Amino acid sequence: MNRRIPAWMWASAAAAYLFLYAPLLVVVVFSFNDSKLNAQWVGFTTAWYVKLFHNEEMLLAARNSLVIALLTAMASTVLGTMAGFVMHRYKTRVLPVLVLAPIAIPEILMGVALLMFFVMINMTLGLVSITLAHIAFCIGYVAIVVRARLAGMDESLVEAARDCGATPLAAFRYITLPLIMPGVIAGALMAFTLSIDDFVITFFTAGASASTLPLQIYSMVKIAVTPEVNAISTLLLLLTLLLITVATKIAPGLLRLNR
Amino acid sequence: MATDNKGKWLVGGPPLAYLIIFFAIPCLLMLVASARAPGEFGGLAPLVADSGKLNLTLASYARFFASAIYLQLFGKSLWYALLTTALCLAIAYPLSMLIAASKKKYRDLLLLLVILPFWSNFLIRVYAWMIILGPEWALARIINGVLGVFGAEPVTLMFSPFAVIVVLVYVHLPFMVLPLYANLEKHDPALLDAAQDLGARPWQRFWYVTWPLSLPGVFAGAALVFIPAFGIFAVPDLVGGTDGIMIGNVIKQQFLETRDWPFGSVLSIVLMVAALGLTAVAALAARPRRNAA
Repeated sequence: MNRRIPAWMWASAAAAYLFLYAPLLVVVVFSFNDSKLNAQWVGFTTAWYVKLFHNEEMLLAARNSLVIALLTAMASTVLGTMAGFVMHRYKTRVLPVLVLAPIAIPEILMGVALLMFFVMINMTLGLVSITLAHIAFCIGYVAIVVRARLAGMDESLVEAARDCGATPLAAFRYITLPLIMPGVIAGALMAFTLSIDDFVITFFTAGASASTLPLQIYSMVKIAVTPEVNAISTLLLLLTLLLITVATKIAPGLLRLNR
Repeated sequence: MATDNKGKWLVGGPPLAYLIIFFAIPCLLMLVASARAPGEFGGLAPLVADSGKLNLTLASYARFFASAIYLQLFGKSLWYALLTTALCLAIAYPLSMLIAASKKKYRDLLLLLVILPFWSNFLIRVYAWMIILGPEWALARIINGVLGVFGAEPVTLMFSPFAVIVVLVYVHLPFMVLPLYANLEKHDPALLDAAQDLGARPWQRFWYVTWPLSLPGVFAGAALVFIPAFGIFAVPDLVGGTDGIMIGNVIKQQFLETRDWPFGSVLSIVLMVAALGLTAVAALAARPRRNAA
């Protein structure tokens, strides 16, 4: 499509971008505002960040989130890569359904189903149950990215290796894996981001004692709107931005989820 | 062939086993739980009664279909989800057309700018609107100032169905833009030129060429917005107040507060069937017909 773009289209697109970014900008700007209310600009301060770093609960929640996200990224990358490989190489019926279903259904359903499951098998809800739940919904995302990468790979390279006497494992280790590595790393980063951001499934599988960053933000926001939430939000936005930059460097085109 | 199958199970087995244990079985448990009796202290009553009989009942389903309140709430959630989908489409369509029509070197950047907010934390995006829609903010003041001129009662933007819809549109917009753009980008510009040569006006070119061709993208985006919006609970929970609650809030309540698992399971199953069923119907309706267009 290479036609002249009418002005109204520019205007509506500009309005859409404003709609997307103005709220986030408000959050960031008011994290530096020297006022308890998020209403009027009073003066510059970093006091909310200082307060944040003295908030023991928040720090603990941040540590929990990091540990969960790291474990989730590792486990779901291995399992998701395996799933993506099998879905690409073999005819499978059950696996694609099980891989995609957790992504396709409303999140709350997976949350409550897992809550019942963990309670029924007498598992104490906490960091372990959260991690197990996160891995379950991240496998699918990794599998999709890895399968897309495999689909763009030249199969004859693997065949050549096999003809030269490489075992299937050796062919995978020395040919396939290096070639799909950007997809695998991108999948890992995606799993990490999804895990550290997840609220709904975490909410149902966390129990009373464990907390993560999103749960902590939720309980703060439920009580009152305070600039401390702006501060933690700004830091999380920065982290996301950093991860996205790394991911797009490693695997351009990753962000087009539909490919 | 035999070794090949061994490899399939060796590699596919672990993820399959994991998803069976942590996804398929929990879903089946929910299906069974929906037909069990609620426990005396919440949760579930024993599956096998003292008399040795299986303690299964459809009472929770009967309770759901007999109650106007829950059916109404479902209707309301459906309406919110559909409205969200329509608004997302209205905003995303011109935006996607613009991205698809812009020069190649800008496309990726413009698309990335749409997706970036989607990667930020969901609660932050909700929270941002809690600030903007708050009573101290300019938006509420301006609206109430205008209303004041006409002598109308001032309104509160926060804790209302209005806030729920605004935030639902905000958090789901990228899901609509992505598939729409992917579709529009593939259109052959020669078709529009041909239509123009045959004397079609701009709106005719849109209505008879671009729009029919974009329907697969429209329906893909609609499904990606509609399904999560239908089952959402965090948005109405934070910005909806009492008027804005949706079915997701009741499901959460059944599992965490009332602890009536069978009824919560019934609501969850009805939600899933309704969300996926409606999506499937829409997909069938959108299937390209051979003789049309």
